[in-house]
Amino acid sequence: MSGYTAHFKVWRGDVSGGGLEDFEVEVNEGEVVLDIIHRLQATQTPDLAVRWNCKAGKCGSCSAEINGRPRLMCMTRMSVFDREETITVTPLRAFPVVRDLVTDVGFNYTKAREVPAFVPPAGVAPGEYRMMQEDVDRSQEFRKCIECFLCQDTCHVVRDHEENKQAFAGPRFLMRVAELDMHPLDAAAETGLDRKTTAQDEHGLGYCNITKCCTEVCPEGIKITDNALIPLKERAADRKYDPLVWLGSKIRRRSSAG
Amino acid sequence: MATGTESPATEPRPESGGVRGGTRAAIAAPHLRTDRWWLAPAGTAAGLLAFIVYSTWRAFANADYYAAPYVSPFYSPCLAENCEPMKAGPNWEIFGSWWGISPAIIILIFPLGFRLTCYYYRKAYYRGFWASPPACAVAEPHKKYSGETRFPLVLQNIHRYFFYAALLVAGILTYDTVLTFRDENYAWGHMGLGTLVFLVNIVLIWAYTISCHSCRHIVGGKLKHFSRHPVRYRMWQWAGKLNARHMQLAWASLVSVALADFYVYLVASGAFDDPRFF
Amino acid sequence: MSVVDRQEWDVVVVGAGGAGLRAAIEARERGARTAVICKSLFGKAHTVMAEGGIAAAMANANENDSWQVHFRDTMRGGKFLNQWRMAELHAQEAPQRVWELETWGALFDRTKDGRISQRNFGGHEYPRLAHVGDRTGLELIRTLQQKIVSLQQEDFRETGDYESRLKIFQECTVTRVLKTVSDSGSAAGGRVSGVFAYERESGRFFVLEAPAVVIATGGIGKSFKVTSNSWEYTGDGHALALLAGAPLLNMEFVQFHPTGMVWPPSVKGILVTESVRGDGGVLRNSDGKRFMFDYIPDVFKEKYAETEEEGDRWYDDPDHNRRPPELLPRDEVARAINAEVKEGRGSPHGGVFLDVSTRMPAEVIKRRLPSMYHQFKELADVDITAEAMEVGPTCHYVMGGVAVESDTAAARGVPGLYAAGEVAGGMHGSNRLGGNSLSDLLVFGRRAGWHAAEYAAGAAGARPVVDDVQIDAAAAEALRPFSAEAEIEEPKGGPPENPYTLHQELQQTMNDLVGIIRREAEMEQALEKLAELRVRARRAGVEGHRQFNPGWHLALDLRNMLLVSECVARAALERTESRGGHTREDHPGMDRTWRRINLLCALTDPTGGLAATDPVRGQIALTRETTEPVRADLLALFDKEELVKYLAEEELYE
Repeated sequence: MSGYTAHFKVWRGDVSGGGLEDFEVEVNEGEVVLDIIHRLQATQTPDLAVRWNCKAGKCGSCSAEINGRPRLMCMTRMSVFDREETITVTPLRAFPVVRDLVTDVGFNYTKAREVPAFVPPAGVAPGEYRMMQEDVDRSQEFRKCIECFLCQDTCHVVRDHEENKQAFAGPRFLMRVAELDMHPLDAAAETGLDRKTTAQDEHGLGYCNITKCCTEVCPEGIKITDNALIPLKERAADRKYDPLVWLGSKIRRRSSAG
Repeated sequence: MATGTESPATEPRPESGGVRGGTRAAIAAPHLRTDRWWLAPAGTAAGLLAFIVYSTWRAFANADYYAAPYVSPFYSPCLAENCEPMKAGPNWEIFGSWWGISPAIIILIFPLGFRLTCYYYRKAYYRGFWASPPACAVAEPHKKYSGETRFPLVLQNIHRYFFYAALLVAGILTYDTVLTFRDENYAWGHMGLGTLVFLVNIVLIWAYTISCHSCRHIVGGKLKHFSRHPVRYRMWQWAGKLNARHMQLAWASLVSVALADFYVYLVASGAFDDPRFF
Repeated sequence: MSVVDRQEWDVVVVGAGGAGLRAAIEARERGARTAVICKSLFGKAHTVMAEGGIAAAMANANENDSWQVHFRDTMRGGKFLNQWRMAELHAQEAPQRVWELETWGALFDRTKDGRISQRNFGGHEYPRLAHVGDRTGLELIRTLQQKIVSLQQEDFRETGDYESRLKIFQECTVTRVLKTVSDSGSAAGGRVSGVFAYERESGRFFVLEAPAVVIATGGIGKSFKVTSNSWEYTGDGHALALLAGAPLLNMEFVQFHPTGMVWPPSVKGILVTESVRGDGGVLRNSDGKRFMFDYIPDVFKEKYAETEEEGDRWYDDPDHNRRPPELLPRDEVARAINAEVKEGRGSPHGGVFLDVSTRMPAEVIKRRLPSMYHQFKELADVDITAEAMEVGPTCHYVMGGVAVESDTAAARGVPGLYAAGEVAGGMHGSNRLGGNSLSDLLVFGRRAGWHAAEYAAGAAGARPVVDDVQIDAAAAEALRPFSAEAEIEEPKGGPPENPYTLHQELQQTMNDLVGIIRREAEMEQALEKLAELRVRARRAGVEGHRQFNPGWHLALDLRNMLLVSECVARAALERTESRGGHTREDHPGMDRTWRRINLLCALTDPTGGLAATDPVRGQIALTRETTEPVRADLLALFDKEELVKYLAEEELYE
């Protein structure tokens, strides 16, 4: 297979404005969209801003929207497009733009800080942790996350409603809450922190209407909705919407107080 | 913001505007998808709409729902005095003669509630009917969004109670299926085409019910340590396997329940004669 | 002038990979106000690419394992050139560093009894690598990142500010380590006073004033064309240390990982984890032969299987069989692959075949090597459960680096400067074992943070003064690419150069002339080419402005790559033997007299200026240094017959 010339539209600009610019650029066998962006940098637009790092789908830096869909540029092969097709590349549209394809993803770092960290169990020394594989499987799936923030970008709760960014942690960080709540040795409960309740009260789990876009875009194939968000909703329901459990906890609290 | 520190709250941003809001990349189009993204929500909406129309007609018809030994799943159990008599069938006159309209209404509320609060159907109708969102990365038309944080949508959290009810209903429909191994004279040991229709339907109903996310949570998902509960862990794994197919089962069982009802309708109205195998 | 923004910190860590974050955690926990500066976003460092695992003698999988055995393996792998005290500390402390990660929330794969599972890896006598599938590096970076966040949460509860004691400056680049000056105005002999950096996003300059700086910037792979390294690996820390007056050690030792992807071209060099071989994958040439059996060197003859049958039995019964030669140290395997390809027995795209598809059921492959399965499926459209992979050597790691004190990770010659991780030299000798990198990051990251914090506390009374002249010079240096055209009137000047083109030429030069197999004439040629590139790099010009301008960033990184490349080339030319990651075609044997020799690189112009563009003299001066003899009790861990192969006569009988 020989090379060909592809048509690209790449968004260029910054917070004050910008637009899609047309490019004709050479494509060779086996290349991915990020290769093409790099070729543009090397040959036509040396100052085209793009964030990338490992180029192997492991670091989650080169998130962008390709033909309107949030994707990693390094994992989008050119062979999935028609040669005639115009390929549109824009920055993530849920976050403030910095320049060209680079956005300010600070929202995610802010949200990361709002999730209370792992609480180590009291009295268990390093080296004495014992956990069974079946008990860590669930959290391990969530720890595959490469923090590309595509799920945060595609989630309409914040993508379409800037004002919800205050109250809503987004799929990635609700998944983090689930990960910790399912961690076999997390001792948050012993310190009075109930992650099931705070998922709803502090991190905005109720905003999620489980439309599964986060799962659709996840480059790691994590079943975010089915394995993290819905189980977390069920756990929150245990605490807040299950009258039997609610009654039981009332009685227990009273008896322990008395 | 190179240091990734300030919270989004520190600087005032436009109250709404979504993807076309002030600080986002200036792109006028609500989305740039080039594929046929509207196909899935349109198909979903059409399918659900068709079922709603059909089931409304059948539920209010109050006719042609019993043809021994078959009872339409829409009318089972039949709990009013105005029910057609079904020998050893699922009709108990809990509701007296004051109930004037179709007895289907009494019982349909449970499977309806189960499906309405089901995690899959929620996705389907939020996308298909409410365009919230219409498809991934396609801007939604609403100015405000509070998700399932407020009444009435906060009620979606009671899904598990409908699951319990759905277990009962599925049990009764299982009983109905057992009753189809009779002939029209209530003699046991017979089978007709209807029996097969009922068998397929009840398997799908059970599969859909057991694959429910609430069920998966209750049987084992709520546990922190699977290793201490090997039996529940096994059950959770099974539920999980089915759960992966929850969407397919939701549709398959929706179609099969309508077909089972339609079969009864055809036989009861005399439009079709149930072929008997033995 | 000097209007740049300034902040005061106790410890500044340059780099946010495993070593940098571990150093930051330690420094903060010991009370130092700590700033971390990294070129990428927080949590994206190259450490995430590490797949195999963390080597630590926890003896979970084989109770015979101990730090002594780990130490032995490390020294053998490094061909006894290791700074042995580092290898000792590393082997002793690695288990604690891994267990500590669990207390911060890490979830490793488990054994049946609930302990951390350990896997086999090349050069390790026992299964020793704590791992999470084949994404161990990601787990490591995420755990450290989350530990940092948890420390910030603590600080927030106490001070109301997340960043009062520990702050990450992400997407920022350090271009100079600043030093105090003597009364005469010279920085030589001064101590660290801070760093000069710029924000990649805005191009804004800033200075962090601090008595202690930890360099943890990783490696130099981006100077080579085929590499598994990310764009960040431009040798920044090596160059920063050099420019600050700290020598680099044994830069000729560059590890070429035997198995990188060779096709398609755009992913050439991306790593195929060694776990593929550890879990049963075998290497074959185009004749279908398991050629590694022909390449077992004498020093390893007793340790490796001689027949395929024995090698295959080892996976299930390692106590009674010897391991297959696919698990020889990386340098041996890389050279073998190179030789096979050269002799015409390569695969269609110039590699050899690495096959798991005939060795394990598809399900097992997908479970044990999930990211390899995806990597090949998505990047090369190859299903590794059905067909063999094509692999070839790729530049992976530099064993050489900043010369440091073993116990403190302090850089030699510059008070207040510390280095840990890949940027530090010595620990791995002439060749690093797989899995020893992640443990190195943790062990020496912690030690660097610890001693930097201690040093900073000692300096608290008299904080070093930042020299404005250095700040102005650093700012002028960083802005140079924007005025490249104005400098055309320089003698022998030409039109502005495209930094991308210069970078490509540099990579090609290093790959072809100072690559896996080295020859004297080629390296001399490389030095000439580097001199030419150095001159042209002074004219590297960029368009646009300072806001997130990748062309500008690359133009600045070129300085570092050129410096480091010259170190590699000069040291490689000097060392007339083959050892570990340094193979000379004209000197194919390992020479015992070279074992005691370290090569140190320093700037020819000790004032730190870079005006020296004279091609013959170059920027780097080499000195030889004889190493300290290995401590007797450590030598006693080896058999005499083995030591004879490495040590000179007089060392043996000392």
